[in-house]
Amino acid sequence: MQDVWKTYPNGVMAVNGISIYIKKGEFVYVVGPSGAGKSTFIKMMYREEKPTRGEITIDGKDLSKIKEKNIPYLRRNIGVVFQDFKLLPNLTVFENVAFAMEVIEESKENIRKRVMEVLDVVRLKNKARFLPHELSGGEQQRVAIARAVVNKPAVLIADEPTGNLDPETSWEIMHIIEEINESGTTVVMATHNRDIVDNMRKRLIAIEGGRISRDEIRGTYGYEI
Amino acid sequence: MKFRTFGRHIKEGAKNLVRNGWMTFASVSAVTVTLFVVGAFLLLIMNINHFASSLEDDVEIRVFVDLTAEAEDQEELGESLSDFNEVESVEYVPKEEGLEAFIDSLGDEGDYFESLRDENPLNDVFVVRAEDPQETEIIAHEIEDLDHVEGVEYGRDIFDQLFSATDFVRIVGAGLIVGLVFTAIFLIANTIKLTILARKTEIQIMKLVGATNSFIRWPFFIEGLLLGTLGAIVPISVLTFGYVRFYEAIGKSTGLEFFEFLPVYPLTIQTSLLLLGIGAIVGVWGSIMSVRKFLKV
Repeated sequence: MQDVWKTYPNGVMAVNGISIYIKKGEFVYVVGPSGAGKSTFIKMMYREEKPTRGEITIDGKDLSKIKEKNIPYLRRNIGVVFQDFKLLPNLTVFENVAFAMEVIEESKENIRKRVMEVLDVVRLKNKARFLPHELSGGEQQRVAIARAVVNKPAVLIADEPTGNLDPETSWEIMHIIEEINESGTTVVMATHNRDIVDNMRKRLIAIEGGRISRDEIRGTYGYEI
Repeated sequence: MKFRTFGRHIKEGAKNLVRNGWMTFASVSAVTVTLFVVGAFLLLIMNINHFASSLEDDVEIRVFVDLTAEAEDQEELGESLSDFNEVESVEYVPKEEGLEAFIDSLGDEGDYFESLRDENPLNDVFVVRAEDPQETEIIAHEIEDLDHVEGVEYGRDIFDQLFSATDFVRIVGAGLIVGLVFTAIFLIANTIKLTILARKTEIQIMKLVGATNSFIRWPFFIEGLLLGTLGAIVPISVLTFGYVRFYEAIGKSTGLEFFEFLPVYPLTIQTSLLLLGIGAIVGVWGSIMSVRKFLKV
């Protein structure tokens, strides 16, 4: 990420010159107070927002130069997990995960095999036929993670994945994310969870006022609440 | 696109119709009502058009041959009339025949004119029909300039009024149909937009997991197509059935010999296909139009 700026049309300058380099297979926390530009930073990584200036390169592709019609292909290489899970309520757990593979026109056979594989990773194999509302919050987030990684993306982006969960469930989620990271997927995770950041030490990037205020290899949360 | 994917799109489109039960019902009703009105107008306009063109076909030019013309001159004139490009037919009516017809048309009173048979005051006449009735006036003027022509007659006043009336009906009819079709598109676009609003998250998620725009659009395309076609079924059957009944009851014998309704076939088939086509286009257009703005995520 090279000298990235983002100014919204309403004049809000959300990101003002951020330059970072994230290595393949790294695990990075992004922390910072609300409104500091964290979300914008994350959104630019999966190209929901376009930087007004600067360039973002993921896996050799420059996101700011990518054509509108090629965005879908970029996103297939990036898994995204949200605070509010964003599952489809009418589909079962299996279908929700399979959805991401249907979209890229995988064969039924491959879909079935791979979906069961990821459901095993997130330990939900026995709940494949459940509907999202029959699951707990933690389980729903695990489904969302399964969906995010089912196409074996190079990068997993998580926007406050534990924001809606209790501490114990949060740790469950974190162990799964860590496992995914250990299998070679780069993880970028925005979070407000001090407990997790301080106890599962990883590289930490703090954003304040649209700029990087700290970048530590094994950083702590560091803010007073 | 893979064949398997196409199957999926059709399934998805149909599933969405069922899932959005009431919205589907609303959209289909909107199409039904509009197509019904469009169809009724189509039948009406096609009949008026038919009436108008049968009137137009009756427009003829009567060319009076010079009394002094010899038989050869007449023949020559007949040939040069047939040589006109725009002329459909030329019919020769000798003066004897003309008088006969005249006397007949008067009935009993025709007897007074029987004496004329010895000294026929009428001209020999060529009856000319133009290929396109609207050209009649121009042709008539050209004929006037030929040799051995005493005069031409083509009912100038009726002619002008007739054409301005039929043109008016056609233009108003076409305008009405176009207006109705656009209303239908607008109605469908709006109803589908409401159903899409509910599916906004779904589209958003599809975009986030890397679905291409066309992949997202296809089910909506199918859905619109189905909505339009479903909406066409009721108007098609009601109008066809209604017209058959109407035609059987009064259509065959209007009591006016110059005006008859169009027969059931092929009119109803044409109208049905047209309505089906309009329904399909309206549905597809409406749904594609409303999905467009949700694709920008």
